[in-house]
Amino acid sequence: MKVGLFIPCYVDQFYPGAAIATLQLLEKLGVDVVYPANQTCCGQPMANSGFEHLTGGCNELFIKNFSDFDYIVAPSGSCVLHVREHLYDNKQPEKAQETAHKVWELTSFLTDVLKVESLPSKFPHRVGMHQSCHGQRGLHLSSMTELVAPDFSKPGSLLKMVEGIDLIELDRKDECCGFGGTFCVTEEAVSAKMGKDRVADHLHHDAEYITGVDMSCLMHMEGILRRQGSKVKVIHIAEILNSEL
Amino acid sequence: MEQATKDHAELAEIFNRDEERVDWHDETLWWIRQKRDKITHQLPEWESLRDMASQIKFNVLSNLSTYLQQFEKQALAHGIQVHWAADAKEHNEIVHRILTENQVKQMVKSKSMLTEECHLNEYLATHGIEVIDSDLGERIVQLAGEPPSHIVLPCIHKKKEEIGDLFHMYLGTPSNMADPQFLTETARGSLRETFLTRKVALTGVNFAIAETGEFVVCTNEGNADMGAHLADVHIASMGIEKLLPERKHLSVFLRLLTRSATGQPITTYSSHFSKPRPGQTMHLVLVDNGRSVQLGRKDFRNSLKCIRCGACMNTCPVYRRSGGHSYHTAVAGPIGSILAPNLDMKKYADLPFASTLCGSCSNVCPVKIDIHDQLYKWRQVLMKEGYGPAGKKLAMQAMAFTLSSPTLYHGAGKMGRLTLKYMPFAVNNKLNPWYKQRDMPEPPKQSFGEWYAENRKKK
Repeated sequence: MKVGLFIPCYVDQFYPGAAIATLQLLEKLGVDVVYPANQTCCGQPMANSGFEHLTGGCNELFIKNFSDFDYIVAPSGSCVLHVREHLYDNKQPEKAQETAHKVWELTSFLTDVLKVESLPSKFPHRVGMHQSCHGQRGLHLSSMTELVAPDFSKPGSLLKMVEGIDLIELDRKDECCGFGGTFCVTEEAVSAKMGKDRVADHLHHDAEYITGVDMSCLMHMEGILRRQGSKVKVIHIAEILNSEL
Repeated sequence: MEQATKDHAELAEIFNRDEERVDWHDETLWWIRQKRDKITHQLPEWESLRDMASQIKFNVLSNLSTYLQQFEKQALAHGIQVHWAADAKEHNEIVHRILTENQVKQMVKSKSMLTEECHLNEYLATHGIEVIDSDLGERIVQLAGEPPSHIVLPCIHKKKEEIGDLFHMYLGTPSNMADPQFLTETARGSLRETFLTRKVALTGVNFAIAETGEFVVCTNEGNADMGAHLADVHIASMGIEKLLPERKHLSVFLRLLTRSATGQPITTYSSHFSKPRPGQTMHLVLVDNGRSVQLGRKDFRNSLKCIRCGACMNTCPVYRRSGGHSYHTAVAGPIGSILAPNLDMKKYADLPFASTLCGSCSNVCPVKIDIHDQLYKWRQVLMKEGYGPAGKKLAMQAMAFTLSSPTLYHGAGKMGRLTLKYMPFAVNNKLNPWYKQRDMPEPPKQSFGEWYAENRKKK
């Protein structure tokens, strides 16, 4: 099994720790992982802003970088969802389709493909898990409070394998944090308010860390926590699953 | 008017200046969303009910002209006078004509979002006709001179103290009286007088049955019935998409409607009107107003399945924190944001962007409209058609250009990190909307790409 590591642009630039943890975790689990150096961005920022027609260059590059792998894995629900739903290339439509189907979000890759049942990780802290919308509702990483359906959580099941972790229950299990891509600046007032409320739910339950599968949501909440002078930290789920402390 | 010039982001920013009020608005609607969750989880067949409703509506939309003709034929046979209105203007003119023919200057109206969409009250006011809204929430916003901020809970943005002030001003209640029971009794007394003296009553239509030619009006207050039963003339306004093929299909929708809207098992009054009672005249106005255009837009056709329950608004984290008026259209929230651009792309180009695309709206929708996908698709249509700000287009072009080239991307990334590190003032300023209430991420020493090149050299 040959896995291509897809690291979203902002993770590459601002949160290399999350990417390193993803790589190390996959390696630890015996996966043959390669990071194609010429990757940039999945094109989601343009597409969600209404400019999907400008994402041709990103799509072409993505296909060029990743089409040869068996699986493509990324520590991000949002970017994975975008690629799965919107990767196209008029010059090679089948190849685009094929590539899109190979993309996996990290935690679901661990639970559904690798079928991980235990992890050698330890993280003795009180942790709040933020369900990012694209991962949850888009990729069905966990059950949704709106639906009448059985309860499950792929990232949650992995976190439960971590020794010493104390997972908190939130009042609003799956409310959006308000990041929303360019929404965070075009609708600054609502976005910031949503972020403050989301953070408050975690703080209210004494979280030491807020984790999740999407660094973008965490970046948003981190910005708010820091502005408030809070000591609570954000941490990507890969970093918890990879921690051996 | 203020709302005509400001977009959603600006109006939401104004709404957010009073954070305590935003919290109250958010919690009130969240409480209703939770009531909805609780009652839907009591029905193991909930998801299949949604499926069924969605399919019934799909059938209706696919055969709309057939069902409309069948419906009209049945309605006419029962003595209902049927009118067809291509747009809001025609609808208002038809209603006005009926009122003039009956020499009436006053009308009582029960809740109808369609008449809000058509701006009927304003139109009739300019022709010297007074309309009194009989739904309590609608009456309150009417006294306040405001449009409804929610399709099911029109005055959800108002606190009881503010309602007390309004009633003090217009209905003569004592000042500083905010007891809901007392205020409701006052409104009831005042409305009773209206019901007894109005010759013409207008109602909306929740469902119309093609098979029988009857229509169904759902209210919790019984106000539609009070108006329609006491008046000599009953006018019902309905959008052409409100049809159901057969009577048996109604059971599916009545089970879904209030559970989704307010968390009730069923509306207090679901009244069937099939023919005028002796001595009464019944008019039914069938309104298109953009619906057939939307029917022709493949990507947005499903939006016509909407039964106006408001569940998407209650669950929408953006709606809850920006208030209904920020959507500057009759139907606010996620569903309004996919309906409004169909009516006027330029005026409502901002609305599909008033969302984080979290997808909760699509999950609560009782007829399974793919709301968040349609929001995404509207964004593409609107930007392609040139309804976005010029600066945004340029920025996106520059971004797409940079991200299409690994060399440019790596250079820009490095520049960005260095700027943040050595010239934080370049980004930590008032011009950066992120920085207003959030800190910027701390720039790391190296990108992951740089780290990988150093640490995994074998490749």
